[in-house]
Amino acid sequence: MQPLTNRAKKLEKKPMTLAERAYLPAIFQGLSITMRHFFMKKATVRYPEEVRPFSPIFRGLHVLKRDEQGRERCTACGLCAVACPAEAITMVAGERKKGEEGLYREEKYAISYEVNMLRCIFCGLCEEACPKAAVYLQADKMAPPRFERDEFIYGKDRLVEPVDPSKRSERGIQLTPEQAEALRNKMVQQPA
Amino acid sequence: MELPTLGWQSIVIFVVFAVSLLIATYCTYAERVIAAFLQDRVGPDRAGPYGLAQPLADAVKMFTKEEFFPGGANKALFVFGPCLAMITALMSSAVIPFGNNLSFGNNAFFLQGIEVNIGMLWVFGVVSLGVYGVMIGGWASNNKFSLLGAIRAASQNISYELAMGLSLIAVLMISGTLSLREITLQQSSEGAFVWQDIFNWNIMKQPLGFIIFLVCAFAETNRTPFDLPECETELVGGYHTEYSSMKLGLYLFSEYVNIFVVSAVMSVLYFGGFNFPFQYELRDWLASSQGWELASAQNLITALGTLLLFGKIFAFIFFFMWIRWTLPRFRYDQLMRLGWTILIPLAVINILITGGLITFGVIK
Repeated sequence: MQPLTNRAKKLEKKPMTLAERAYLPAIFQGLSITMRHFFMKKATVRYPEEVRPFSPIFRGLHVLKRDEQGRERCTACGLCAVACPAEAITMVAGERKKGEEGLYREEKYAISYEVNMLRCIFCGLCEEACPKAAVYLQADKMAPPRFERDEFIYGKDRLVEPVDPSKRSERGIQLTPEQAEALRNKMVQQPA
Repeated sequence: MELPTLGWQSIVIFVVFAVSLLIATYCTYAERVIAAFLQDRVGPDRAGPYGLAQPLADAVKMFTKEEFFPGGANKALFVFGPCLAMITALMSSAVIPFGNNLSFGNNAFFLQGIEVNIGMLWVFGVVSLGVYGVMIGGWASNNKFSLLGAIRAASQNISYELAMGLSLIAVLMISGTLSLREITLQQSSEGAFVWQDIFNWNIMKQPLGFIIFLVCAFAETNRTPFDLPECETELVGGYHTEYSSMKLGLYLFSEYVNIFVVSAVMSVLYFGGFNFPFQYELRDWLASSQGWELASAQNLITALGTLLLFGKIFAFIFFFMWIRWTLPRFRYDQLMRLGWTILIPLAVINILITGGLITFGVIK
């Protein structure tokens, strides 16, 4: 028969030598192997204290970004919901009133914006679809486990970025030039 | 028997009992840590510093689990099985000499529970009673798989006890006594050249016998590669399939006590017990040039010897665990073939060789 690869090895079944039949040399070989492992570096990550670094292309929990003046960027255009293959995103659009210019960037904004984390497949198509650079999947935060199903529907209270920039997620998210500058200043002040 | 001696003996027995239990407790922890280290993991490290409270947590778990009795089981025997396993495991440590004598004033005290001249027979007699624990437990479970597992375990224990006893006979031929204390003292040598101590250890005279004894010890304590009694794939869980909560805990725990005892027996029989090299040189040096009293120098030697004996025991316990996480389990027919067609003839040959060497005066 034609071999599939050239890696095939022909095995011969020879009668065992005395050393092989005595069994003890093989035991000592095995013992030496396990003893070497005794001193090897451990693969364990002690989880709550130690966190394994995320991959640079990791896509985690959604965030709704604010702009440099702290206004919500989302304009409730619905493109993310259209792009979502799992149909996890729903939103209700509303019109900005007078005096709310400091809260919302555009005249239209999302009154409610919900992501169902049970449906979401974290594909990232929403952040590609967003024309206002408002929705991102954070690179350093996972959607945490919950006990109840309704707790997996994330509303604006849990999605919108905090106003305080120091409380915001820092890794892997496209920042506005001002935010990047602020972050750079912060890192210069406290070199890691 | 005088009262102080009796009081001292009860203290020693209590201490030996407590130490056996403590060591067995921490064997469960050590087993998990060593298993983890050999597999490049970390092991239990949550309960207490370095996970040292882990045995406590395990015990709490065991005690709070549901107590389950299978339908139609003989309740009294069902409870008696694990008790018997535990009792026999603990009883055998009474005759092991954990140290030489301590002297206070005119009284000399032995660091040994009971000094009897049938020490070795006692250990073997008690250990062979342990089979009843397994057998009763398996039978009282009213479960065919448990019964099959118990029969397997019992036949394995009995088969390997034969080879174990035969390998021991060669040691007894050299020593001429059954007293463990006498056997230990014979392995020391006063006034000989410095490394004589190690050459006096029975391992030097009985290397083959020691290997047979070691293999049988693995089988007797139901440790890998001979842990056939607890085969998950073939017999659900072996003889303790139906056991739950602390009754199962006692079975598992008695295994660790057995490991401790058999390690102690091996250290005493083959590795010189509480003797260590240079002990008499150290004593004489302390007495002559350091101005110590001979009695207190001897006490120090005794204390050091006890520590070293425990060092030897711990080394054996580690070896047991090292083997466990290295070798896969034997098949049952392989196990029986090894016991009956290899180990027993080898032990008989060892007896013949020893007898010949003694006859021709090569070893005393």
